[in-house]
Amino acid sequence: MDPQYPISFTLNGREVRQEVSTRTTLADLLRHQIGLTATHVGCEQGSCGACSLMVDGRMIRSCLVFAIQLDGAVVETAEGFAEDPVMDALRKGFADRNALQCGFCTGGMLVAARDLLNRETAPSREVIREFISGNFCRCTGYEAIVDAISQVAQATAQPQDAV
Amino acid sequence: MTQPSKHPERIAVIAGQDRPRRNAIRHAQGRGRFVDDIAFANLAHLAVVRSPHAHAEIRHIDVSRALAIPGVVAIYTGEDMTKLCKPWVGALDHFPGLRSPEQYPLAVDRACWNGEPVVAVVAESRAIAEDAVDQVEVAYDALPAVIGIRASRAPGTPLVHPQYDSNLAFEMTLTAGDAEAAFEAADLVVEDVLDLGRQTGLTLEPRSIVADYDPSLQTLTAHHSTQTPYQMQDLFVRHFDLSEENVRVISPDVGGSFGMKLHVYGEEMVAVAASIQLGRPVKFVADRMESFLSDIHLREHLVHAKMALSKDGDITAMIVEDETGIGPFSVYPRTSAMEGNQALRLMGAPYKMPNYDGHLSVLFQNKAPTCQYRAVGHPIGVTVTEHLVDKAARQLGLDPFDIRQRNVVTQDMYPHTTATGYILERLSHEECLTRLHDMMDYPSLRAEQAALREKGIYRGIGIAAFIEITNPGPAFYGIGGARISSQDGCVIKIEPSGKFRVSVSVTEQGQGTETVMAQVAATYLGVDVGIIDVTTGDTERTPYGGATWASRGAGIGGATVMKCALAMKANLLEITAVVLQGKPEDYDLTNGEIVFKETGQSAITLDELCRIAYFRPDTLPPDYHPQLSISRHFVPQGTPFDFTNGVQASYLEVDTQTGIVTLLDHWVVEDCGVILNKQLVDEQIRGGVVHGLGGILFEECLYSDSGQMLTSTMADYLAPLAAEMPDIQIDHVCTPTEMTPLGAKGVGEAGTAAAGSVVLNAVNDALSPLDATLTQTPLTPERILRALGVVAD
Repeated sequence: MDPQYPISFTLNGREVRQEVSTRTTLADLLRHQIGLTATHVGCEQGSCGACSLMVDGRMIRSCLVFAIQLDGAVVETAEGFAEDPVMDALRKGFADRNALQCGFCTGGMLVAARDLLNRETAPSREVIREFISGNFCRCTGYEAIVDAISQVAQATAQPQDAV
Repeated sequence: MTQPSKHPERIAVIAGQDRPRRNAIRHAQGRGRFVDDIAFANLAHLAVVRSPHAHAEIRHIDVSRALAIPGVVAIYTGEDMTKLCKPWVGALDHFPGLRSPEQYPLAVDRACWNGEPVVAVVAESRAIAEDAVDQVEVAYDALPAVIGIRASRAPGTPLVHPQYDSNLAFEMTLTAGDAEAAFEAADLVVEDVLDLGRQTGLTLEPRSIVADYDPSLQTLTAHHSTQTPYQMQDLFVRHFDLSEENVRVISPDVGGSFGMKLHVYGEEMVAVAASIQLGRPVKFVADRMESFLSDIHLREHLVHAKMALSKDGDITAMIVEDETGIGPFSVYPRTSAMEGNQALRLMGAPYKMPNYDGHLSVLFQNKAPTCQYRAVGHPIGVTVTEHLVDKAARQLGLDPFDIRQRNVVTQDMYPHTTATGYILERLSHEECLTRLHDMMDYPSLRAEQAALREKGIYRGIGIAAFIEITNPGPAFYGIGGARISSQDGCVIKIEPSGKFRVSVSVTEQGQGTETVMAQVAATYLGVDVGIIDVTTGDTERTPYGGATWASRGAGIGGATVMKCALAMKANLLEITAVVLQGKPEDYDLTNGEIVFKETGQSAITLDELCRIAYFRPDTLPPDYHPQLSISRHFVPQGTPFDFTNGVQASYLEVDTQTGIVTLLDHWVVEDCGVILNKQLVDEQIRGGVVHGLGGILFEECLYSDSGQMLTSTMADYLAPLAAEMPDIQIDHVCTPTEMTPLGAKGVGEAGTAAAGSVVLNAVNDALSPLDATLTQTPLTPERILRALGVVAD
C-alpha cells in the first residue's frame, strides 16, 4: 500500500477531503475513490480529451494531474456545473442533435464546448472544430457535435444592443 | 420499387423520430455506465506481461519477486492456462483449408507478436498489478520475425509457425466467365498494385471486463464491453466447462465497438479463469498502449489488380490477386479469412462486369492479429475497383460519372448475381449517381477545378460506387460450425400501468439500437414511443440471439420487434374482445388507445384493460388466461445478405509543396431501404465516413523491421480530429428489401465502405496534371511528395 496523504478541495461546489497516494491521478481519484465516473479515461497521456474537466477555472486533462496537486483547488467535473446555463443548454443540445453515440467522449467534449462558449459567444464552425480538436470522438465524425455547439451558441448569444 | 410490397402489414416507422435518444440524454448528464464505472466489492485487478519481441521462444519465467509484492493475489503463466482453459482454433468449416494453431489465453512456449500476453498478474489494485508486472522475469530467445506481406512469402523466409510448411493460412479462388479471354479481347487494360496500410479500431473505451464467479453456485457473471453477449456466454461455457444457464453476460454501456469487441482476447479469458480460481470479481481494462498492441488490427492488403475494358468504357473483366497479412493467428471464433473473402467478392460488385478471376492469400506474420472490423473487406474492394475505374476513365477520356453510369447494374437486371457470386435483390445505382451529380453541382466543381489549376492550385474530385453487405442471412457463421446465432428474439410485456417493456437480443453501442427498437415497437403496437422501455445487452434478461454485427441490428432486430409487436397488438385486441364481449376484429389499437374500428370511438384504455387483466381476472370468463407477455423469434430468410448501395464523392485540395490534403467537401447518396430514423441513419453514415477518411489519410499501424510496434500511442497513431474533417452532405434513395417484413437494410458499413476510395481518387485526380499517382495508403504528406518527386526515394 502506497503512503497516503490528506488533501481537501472543492468538488462540484462541495468541500471534500481525501487521502491520496503520490501516484494517484486526479482522474483515478474521481473515478475509483470518489465514484464520479463521468470523467472517462481514454489514453492516460493527454491525447484523447475524455478526462477533461475544470480546475480553478482552467480546462485540464485529469489524467495528467496528480491528485495530490489538487489541495485547495476548485474542481468542476462533467457531473457538475449545476445551474450553469451554458452547460444546461449544451447537454440538451447534444441530446437533441444526437451529438454523441457511445457517450464515452461526451463528458470531456461538453467541458470543452462550455469552455469555448465562455470564451467566445459566437464561434464559427471552423473555430469550433479547431477548439474541440483536443477531444477525440470515434463515433460521430464530429459534424453533429459542431452543429450542437453552434446551435447552442446561436440560441444563447445575447444581441449586442440588448445588453 | 414499382411493385407493391409482399408485406401488406408494413407501415411507415415514424414514432419518435423527433425525440432525443434516452441514452443520449443520460450520457449528456454524465450518467453513462461503462464496465469500468461499476463498483464491485472485493474486486481484484489484472495486468499482463507482454512479449517485447515479435517472435521469441519463452525459455524461463520467474515470478518469485512479483509474488512477494504485498497486494499481489495470483500470477498465471501460459502453462497455468493450459490447465484452466480449453484451447481454441480460429478456423471454421466454410473456409476449407484455413489453418491456425491452437491458442491459450497466454502464450505457451513461444510468443508470436510484440504485445502478446505472456504472464498475468492479479492484485488488489491495478497499480500493484502493474508494479508486479515489472518484477516478472521472462527469459526469451528471440526468433526471426516475419513483418511485411511480401516478406511473408519471400523464398527462405522464416516460418511464423514451424509446424506449417509456409506462412499461408488460407487461400481461395473465385472465377466467373472467362477473364483471360476478356483481357485478350480488351481494348484497354489498366493495372496497379495497391499497398493498403494496416489500421486499428481505437474505440475510445478500451476493452473491458469484470468476471465475477460465485463458487457457491458455480455461476459466472461477466460485465463485458462486447457487442455479442450471447456469443461470449457460449464461449465462456465451453472453454471453462461451465453450465450455460449459470453464465450471464451483461454488456452495459459499450464505448465504441465497430467489430473490434466481438473477438476472443487472451486477457479477457484470463480474467474469467482467474475469477473462477479466486472466487472473486477480477477486472481487466486495457490501457491505451495495450489496446494498440493487442486489439485486433485490420485491412493490411497488398492487391495486384487489373481491369479490362472496351474502347467505349465497358468493364469486361477484373483479375485480382489479394494478399492480406493477418498476424500470427486467425482470430477466434469468426476467423481472419472473412475479411479477405469479402474484399475479393466486393471487387467490381456495383458493375455488370461478367468475367472475374480473383485469388486471395491470407498470410501469417509476427504482428498483432487482424480480423473483422466495420465494413469488413469493403474499403479494399471499393478502393481497388474504383481506382482502376478512374484510371481507365482517364485513359479513355471518359468522365468519371459517365463511365460509372455506363457500367452499373441497371434496374432491368434485378435480381442480379455479381461475377463474384453475390445475389442482389434490387439496388439503385443509377438514381444514386444522378442524385450525387446534382447534389454536388458537378459541372461547377469541374469548372472551379480547371480555373484553379491555372493558378497552380490542385484540387481533385473523387467518386466511388459501392455495395454494402447487411442483414446476414440464416446460414451465417452457424454453417461453419460457430455457435453464433443468426436469429433474434424479442419479448414484449405490457406492464400493469399499460406501458410496454421490450427486451430484444440485438445490442446497443451508441448507434441508437434501443431507440430504433422502441420506434418499431411503438409503430406496430400503435402507441406512443414514450411508453416503451427497451432492454438489451444481458443474456439473462433478453431472449437469445445474434446481437449486433454486420449491420444486422436495425434490419433483423427491427423485424423481430415488429413481429412481436404485431403479435402483442393482436393479443391485446383479443383480451379487449373478451373484456367487452365483442370480437377482436371489432377493435384497433391506435394512438395508444383501444378504439372501435368502425367508429374510431374509444373502447377501453390500456391501463383499464391491464387493471382488469392483472387484478380482476375473476371478472373474466372461467378458464380464460389473458397473455400479458408475448415473445417472437425471427430468422432472416431469402438471400444470404440484404445488400445496400450508394455513391460517395470527395472534393479536396492537395498542397503540392507540403503534401498536405485539405478535405473541402464530402457527399454520400445511400440506399438502405426503409429508413427507421433519419437522424440516426445519417449519423451512422457520417461516423462511418470519418472512419474511412482516417484510414485513407492518417491511420497506420507501423512496425519496425524487427517487429516492434511504432505507433502505440494516440500521439503516434494519427486518427481524425474535428479540425481536419469536413461536413458531410447526405441524401437517400429508398429501395426497401422484401426479404424482411420491415424492409430496412443496414447502414453501419456504408460510410466506411467508400470514403477512403473517393479521397484516393480525388487526390489522384488533383495530381493528374502532374503525372503523379498514389497507390499506397494512408496518403501521408511524405508519400504524396514522393509521388510528386519533391522528395526523392
